[in-house]
Amino acid sequence: MEKEDSKSKKAGGRLCCICNQRRAALKRPKTLEQICRECFYEVFEEEIHQVIVENQLFKPGERIAIGASGGKDSTVLAYVLSELNRRHNYSLDLFLLSIDEGITGYRDDSLETVKRNEIQYGLPLKIVSYKDLYGWTMDEIVRVIGLKNNCTFCGVFRRQALDRGASLLKVDKIATGHNADDIAETVLLNILRGDIARLSRCTSITTGEDGPIPRCKPFKYTYEKEIVMYAYFKRLDYFSTECIYSPNAYRGFAREFIKDLERIRPRAILDIIKSGENFRISTSTKMPEQGNCERCGYISSQKSCKACVLLEGLNRGLPKLGIGRSRGHNNDGRKDGKQINGTSIESKQCGTLDF
Amino acid sequence: MACNSSSCQSGCFRNEVEREQHSNPPTETRSDSNEPNLCVKCKANEPMCGAGEDGKFCLDCFRSNLYGKFRLAVTSNALITPADNVLVAFSGGPSSRVALQFVHEMQQRSQKNFDASKDRSLRVFGVGVVYVDESTYYSVPSCEIDKAIQDMKLTVSDLAPPAKELHIVPIESVFSLESSDGRERLKKLLDSVSDPTGREDLLLHLRMLALQKFASENGYNRLVLGLCTSRIACHVISATVKGQGYSLSADIQYADARWEIPVVLPLRDCLAKELNMLCQLDGLKTVEFLNKPHSGINGLVSSFVKLLQQENPSRECTIVRTAGKLTPFHFNKIPELNDSSVPLASRRRQKRFNLKPSESISSESFCPLCYSPLNKSDLTSLNGQESSENSNIFGAACCSSCRFQIFPKDHSSMEHFCSLLPGPVVARAKHGDSNGNFSLLRKQIQDCLLSDSEDET
Repeated sequence: MEKEDSKSKKAGGRLCCICNQRRAALKRPKTLEQICRECFYEVFEEEIHQVIVENQLFKPGERIAIGASGGKDSTVLAYVLSELNRRHNYSLDLFLLSIDEGITGYRDDSLETVKRNEIQYGLPLKIVSYKDLYGWTMDEIVRVIGLKNNCTFCGVFRRQALDRGASLLKVDKIATGHNADDIAETVLLNILRGDIARLSRCTSITTGEDGPIPRCKPFKYTYEKEIVMYAYFKRLDYFSTECIYSPNAYRGFAREFIKDLERIRPRAILDIIKSGENFRISTSTKMPEQGNCERCGYISSQKSCKACVLLEGLNRGLPKLGIGRSRGHNNDGRKDGKQINGTSIESKQCGTLDF
Repeated sequence: MACNSSSCQSGCFRNEVEREQHSNPPTETRSDSNEPNLCVKCKANEPMCGAGEDGKFCLDCFRSNLYGKFRLAVTSNALITPADNVLVAFSGGPSSRVALQFVHEMQQRSQKNFDASKDRSLRVFGVGVVYVDESTYYSVPSCEIDKAIQDMKLTVSDLAPPAKELHIVPIESVFSLESSDGRERLKKLLDSVSDPTGREDLLLHLRMLALQKFASENGYNRLVLGLCTSRIACHVISATVKGQGYSLSADIQYADARWEIPVVLPLRDCLAKELNMLCQLDGLKTVEFLNKPHSGINGLVSSFVKLLQQENPSRECTIVRTAGKLTPFHFNKIPELNDSSVPLASRRRQKRFNLKPSESISSESFCPLCYSPLNKSDLTSLNGQESSENSNIFGAACCSSCRFQIFPKDHSSMEHFCSLLPGPVVARAKHGDSNGNFSLLRKQIQDCLLSDSEDET
């Protein structure tokens, strides 16, 4: 009894090791420092500000779309970006950009969250739906093709829908909520898969600079746990249900591994990203040539872009078109073909890593 | 999202799809053909049973396939040439046991050729075996150590002639002190490292130092390590996790000549499973109890890779192949033989098939502690630090990974830590890279110098 008492007193009485005034309320996941809430908010926001400044993610006067799914990452991103924009006079025009895949019981609910965020943060919201763009909702697609490979469609369509929505908003850049854990996982996965081309670019903070609308990841160095913590303490309104069509409730091997690493050495996540940045990959490595899709004009390394191939399959009643190993039509086809159920090395199969 | 690239040749995607599709058919096809299963290579003998993926070979073909991988690695990268004197690092485990066996077989063959040839122009390379005794650090009863060493000595002496000797090198020999003082200092040094992973890695560096020291003092010019694909795959992941992405490609090539005695990895393309099986099949005796389980990050990584390998049997190969695509360093090849004292025939034997043209030779600087090449960002952070004390200079010259996991956090213990390090390590930091280059230059003009010591010339 006595021992317990003194223990709780000690823990309760410890002061924040940053301000040395208030009582420590949490152990910061990134550094394991015991700090108070206020200091946590400050270091969390300040680190993101530094990342934005050092990497020159935004220029004054730019219009920025925040990819908003209603989940924790994008909600915190929207909140923090609007906060920093005000505080540090970025003079950015911020927008929320959401994609409505048409998944009843999942996206309709999460979009409600985004609509509330629109009002809470005062950011204009644009919703682009698969139905409008492609004539199909995910519900309809799943009805045709079943639960196998559905994530392929969703991922390919979303990637393009985001660009379409961004050009409707006439923004200069898209900011996405990828966090440090996501990027560390991607580095590992690309090693495990032997994908040297992706390994070389998966750690860049800004991608697609040669394309029409570049994307950036202000949370590149922000730990997932800290994002959750921030959302929790700030009582941010976010949606935390998994997609009903992504039956992968389990965590992938790689994600699990990263969580284990974080437990014994929090710095490991940053170290993986650092390794990813420093790998000696010769720049002369052949990269696929970028062209434009003959049908829709979207960037594509093939004659037609992946979305058009998939869409054609759907419309012609051949949903398997563009999926699997059919190398003839689309060389890229095999990459998305594997959607085995069961254990997997990766955690997010539904393409949120591309979002 | 599995194989996200059309350039991925790992076959991991194909395997899984095929497994899915053909989960039933194989039994049918087997029952269709009434002929017994035959080895896929020689099509004469029955394949080995119960060997999984390797079950497609018969014993002889499995053996020659494995030896073939070793031989190809050796010949195409000039890892061992007739003029060499090779030191095999032998731990008693299956990998180094096979390395020893294969090096021995190769030596036997060249001995046969030597005896048969008329002009005897090609020398037979020499082979020595070394065991690094780490019992100072791992508390193992001395009787067990003695028995293990006895067993290993027997293994080495049982090899057919040319006779080889097993040298026992205590790891504390890196300190060049009396054995008891050295032991004391090693313990103190390792105890001062608080991170278990850091301690393990430091021990690894010390082991390499001990091997280098022994090889150099005893006239060897190659150091053979038994690192196999599986171990290298683990190293790829753990180096990534420790933030050593830049230097990674230096460690995983067939040859690594950044050391005074070039280190070669002829078993780079063999899986641990294959090596284990060969030991079993050929009755190669291994000493198992000395295999210490990894702890910390290294332990986590090896169980992760094991899990992945179970999920897909080609995963380890894919990992090593990915890392193999990273650009190697200029020292990742055996230096050309220019020495006129080596017979021309031997020099000609140093053939290289698939060596890429050497890139512009950059003068790398190395971390004095783990000897990994430093990249620019490490160097700039180094220059930014103002330091006056010796220990600070040393700390600043090291890579960020060593600084984090091996160095003590506070300055006062840093001084103490540096005083415990082996002399050569500290000297490396003081002289920096220039010393290495200088002695390299000196070697080239050695024959024209009249004095042996550097000061007088």
